[in-house]
Amino acid sequence: MELVKNVVCPFCGTLCDDIVCKVENNEIVGTINACRIGHSKFVHTEGAMRWKKPMIRQGDEFVETTYDDAIEKAAHVLADAKRPLMYGWSCTDCDAQAVGVELAEETGAVIDNTASVCHGPSVLALQDVGYPICTFGEVKNRADVVVYWGCNPMHAHPRHLSRNVFSRGFFRERGRADRTLVVVDPRKSDSSKLADVHLQLDFDKDYELLDAIRTVVRGKDILYDEVAGIPREQIYEVAEVLKNAQFGILFFGMGITHSRGKHRNIDTAICLVQELNDYSKWTLIPMRGHYNVTGFNQVCTWESGYPYCVDFSTGEPRYNPGETGANDLLQNKEADAMMVIASDPGAHFPQNAIMRMAEIPVIAIEPHRTPTTEMADVIIPPAIVGMEAEGTAYRMEGVPIRMRKVVDSDLLTDKQILERIRDRVKELQASK
Amino acid sequence: MSEIILNPKVQPQVPLEAQNVTPDMFAGKSIDEIKNIEIWFGNEQVSLSEFFDVEGESADNASEIKIIIDGDVDNTKRIGQGMTAGEIVIKGNTSMYVGSEMEGGKITVEGDAGPWAGRDMKGGELTIMGDAGDYIGSSYRGDWRGMSGGVLTVYGNAGNEIAEYMLGGKLVVKGNVRIMPGVHMNGGTLIIGGDVIARTGGEMKGGTIVVKGIIDEFLPGFEFLGVEKDIEIDGELLEGNYFKFKGDNATKGAGGIIYAATKGNAHIAP
Repeated sequence: MELVKNVVCPFCGTLCDDIVCKVENNEIVGTINACRIGHSKFVHTEGAMRWKKPMIRQGDEFVETTYDDAIEKAAHVLADAKRPLMYGWSCTDCDAQAVGVELAEETGAVIDNTASVCHGPSVLALQDVGYPICTFGEVKNRADVVVYWGCNPMHAHPRHLSRNVFSRGFFRERGRADRTLVVVDPRKSDSSKLADVHLQLDFDKDYELLDAIRTVVRGKDILYDEVAGIPREQIYEVAEVLKNAQFGILFFGMGITHSRGKHRNIDTAICLVQELNDYSKWTLIPMRGHYNVTGFNQVCTWESGYPYCVDFSTGEPRYNPGETGANDLLQNKEADAMMVIASDPGAHFPQNAIMRMAEIPVIAIEPHRTPTTEMADVIIPPAIVGMEAEGTAYRMEGVPIRMRKVVDSDLLTDKQILERIRDRVKELQASK
Repeated sequence: MSEIILNPKVQPQVPLEAQNVTPDMFAGKSIDEIKNIEIWFGNEQVSLSEFFDVEGESADNASEIKIIIDGDVDNTKRIGQGMTAGEIVIKGNTSMYVGSEMEGGKITVEGDAGPWAGRDMKGGELTIMGDAGDYIGSSYRGDWRGMSGGVLTVYGNAGNEIAEYMLGGKLVVKGNVRIMPGVHMNGGTLIIGGDVIARTGGEMKGGTIVVKGIIDEFLPGFEFLGVEKDIEIDGELLEGNYFKFKGDNATKGAGGIIYAATKGNAHIAP
C-alpha cells in the first residue's frame, strides 16, 4: 500500500489540504485526516455507481457509446438551441470552468453555477455593499470572537471548527479557550452545543435581529422589548461582545442566505461587519459548500465581468439573478436545452424546474449515476478532479489551491471534454 | 398623434426581447421599415413582423407616436425600455422590464406586468392596471442608484423589494405588496394603498413611505415620532391618522420617514 500525502480534499469549500490517501492497485482504499464526508468521496461509498463509458439515451434505455459520438451529439444540441442553459461547475477545476465560459459565449447560452441555489444571495449582497473578507490563516491566528450564523459546520463542514476555532494560533495560544464562540441558529445543533452564546432566534427573522443589533451597535435604542424571539437585554449583551472583540469573524451559511429576504439578510450582515470596524477589527467569510463553487464565481467574473447567472444570448454578457438563474430559466420554461456539469440539479432543484428538465434535451458531464443522469440524453463521464486529475480550486474565502492527482484514469478530464465540445460547436456555427 | 398597432401573433416559449419597441425607435421609419426592426428571440435576432402584425401610420417625432400592442405579450420583455417620448399602450399582460430606464413619455399596461417594471426609471409615466412583479422601480443589480424620477402607478398588487434603492420620483401601489418595500431607499415617495408583510423601509436613509393598510411586522431599528393627522405628501393630502417613524437607525445618517395608518397597526407602535 502506498501513502500519498498532502492531498487536497475535493468535497467542501474548506479544501482541507492535509489529507493522506492510502492507495492500492491504483485505487484509493483509505484516508487519514479526512472527515467522514471527505473520506466517502475519496473511497466511493458503497452504492455509488461510476459511469465508465459515455452513454446516449435511446428510448427508455442508455446505450454505451464513444466519446466522439457523445460529444458530437452534445455539440449539436447546444448549437441548435435558442436559449441553452449551462449549469453546475462547482465540482470541477478553474481551467474547465474557463473553457465552459468560452463555450457559453460561443453558443449564446446562459451560464450559471450552484451558487444560484446556495451563496448566490451573498454574491448579490457583496455587489451592493462590499466584501470585508480575510483568510483562514488570519482567523486561526487572530480571531477571538467567532460567529457562525445560519450554519452547522459540525455536519456540513466537519473540520471547519477544528481548523479555525479549536486550533491554536499565533495570538491565540490556548486555541478554543482564547475564543468566544457565538452560534446563531433557530435550532439546537451539534455546532450550537459547542457555543458560548447560542442566539436561538425565530425562524426567518435574521434580518430583524441584524437590524436590531446594528441599531444597538450604533448606540440607538430599538423599538421593541423582544426582536426575533431574543430579549432586548440579550441583544445589548451580544452587541457588547461583538464591539469588544479584538478580531471578529462572521461565518455565515444557508440558514441566512436562504431564509426570508435572502440577499438582504447578507447585505445587512455585511453592513454590521463594516460598522463593527468602527470599534474593532471585523471580517466575514461565507461558508461555501462545493469545493470549487468560489472558483467558478472568480473565473466567471474575470472572463465576463459577472460571477454567475451570465446571459450571453445577445453576444454581450448580461446578468440578472431572478431572470437569468438556472431555476428562473427552467421554471419560466425559457431554457430549451441544458448542459449539467459537476453538480446534481436533478436531486436538488424544485419540481417545476425538474419538470422542464424532463422536457428538454439534457447533457450530463458527470462521473456518477445521479438523478440528473437519469433524465439526461447524453452522459459523458469525466475523470474526477482532485483524485484522478489535477486542477486549481478556490477555498471558500478565495485562496486558490492546487488539487493533486492521486490515481490514474482512462477517462477524459472535464476540461478536455469541454474543449472538444467547444471546438465542434465552433465548426457547426461556422457552417451555419 | 399617429397610431401604430402591433398585433401579437403566437408568443413563443423562448422569450422575446423587444427593447426596440419604443416610439424613439419607430420615429422617422415607414411601416415597412418598422416591420423589419430586429428583436431578440433567444440568442438570435428576428424581424418584428415575425411575431407581430404591424399596421398604422408612423411619424417623424417620437412624441407624435402612439404604439398600441393589441393583446397579451406575456413572454415579451423590455417593451418601452429607455423611451423618452410618445406613448405605448399594451392591451394585455407583459413580461419583465416594461418601461425600465424610461426617461419620458407614457406607458399603460392594461393587464399585469412582470418584475423590474420601471427599473432605473428617470422620468415619464408608467401605469400598470393589473398586478406587477418584484423589483418594480428598483435599481440595476449591484447599483445603489435606483428609480430617480417619473411616476409609476400599479392598480393591483406588487411583489418583493419594490422601490429598492429609490432616489426620486413617485411609486404608487394601490394593492398589497410583499416584503421589503423601499429597501435601501434614499429619496422619492412610495405610497402603498394595501398591506405589507414585513421589513418596510429596511436600511432606508431617505425618502418617504406611506402605508395605508396593515403592516404585519415592523423593523426594530426605527424611531417612533408620534401620530400625525391628515398628512401632505408631494402636494397630495392623505386623510386619516398615521403613526410616524424615522429610520432605519441600523444605517448611518438615517433620515427616512414611514407613515403607517393607525387603523390596524396598533401592534407596530411601541
